[in-house]
Amino acid sequence: MANQKMTIISSKGSLDMAYPPLILATTAASMDFDVTIFFTFYGLDIIKKGMADKLKVSPLGNPAMPMPVPIPTLISTLPGMEAMATAMMKSMFNKHGVASIGTLLDLAKESGVKLIACQMTMDVMGVKQSDIIDGVAFGGAAMWLDAAADAQINLFI
Amino acid sequence: MSADIKVDQVLDAKGLSCPLPILKTKKAVETLTKNQVLKVETTDPGSKNDMASWAKRTGNEVLKVEEGSGTFTFYIKKSA
Repeated sequence: MANQKMTIISSKGSLDMAYPPLILATTAASMDFDVTIFFTFYGLDIIKKGMADKLKVSPLGNPAMPMPVPIPTLISTLPGMEAMATAMMKSMFNKHGVASIGTLLDLAKESGVKLIACQMTMDVMGVKQSDIIDGVAFGGAAMWLDAAADAQINLFI
Repeated sequence: MSADIKVDQVLDAKGLSCPLPILKTKKAVETLTKNQVLKVETTDPGSKNDMASWAKRTGNEVLKVEEGSGTFTFYIKKSA
């Protein structure tokens, strides 16, 4: 029986939004799915060399962000707040035995997840192919559609 | 207890959260031959249902699940 297929469009480059595509991709691969992730717009940051473990999360505009004490929105705009929120989230993940983004990315590659970088976004944002980690294919909407047309699960994150 | 189940390999996935227990289980099962049994220990409460879904999807069999105080022990037979 041919493997089932899943594709994910990863369009966000914040720490919290990098997790869902990579958790789902690695788990699907472990369940014998053929998986493709298409990185576009801010999602490209996840596959830039040396960036996977430098992604940040901002408390600004996110009322659900857990904080040790309630923080007024205006305070969230101050310098250092983003770094604090990022450090806090990383420490929470680490404490609970959640893999880092870099680890999940390695596991995804190791388990055969196909990674595609959106060439158009790269051109617009001035990202060179040499800025992207090894093992990534470069393409556009047609490449994703080709994979998605045969997939049982297609997600936009 | 599970004296009746012959365990071929043990995987300690305690302290790890989703998706690591599943990913490590997959890797470990791949090293077994058919009908061998992997014992997996976890502390992630989500792993109980996750392991069942994983096994169903990959055609492997969860022979037994034991729940202790905050721990889960799975006996998985490589069936695929």
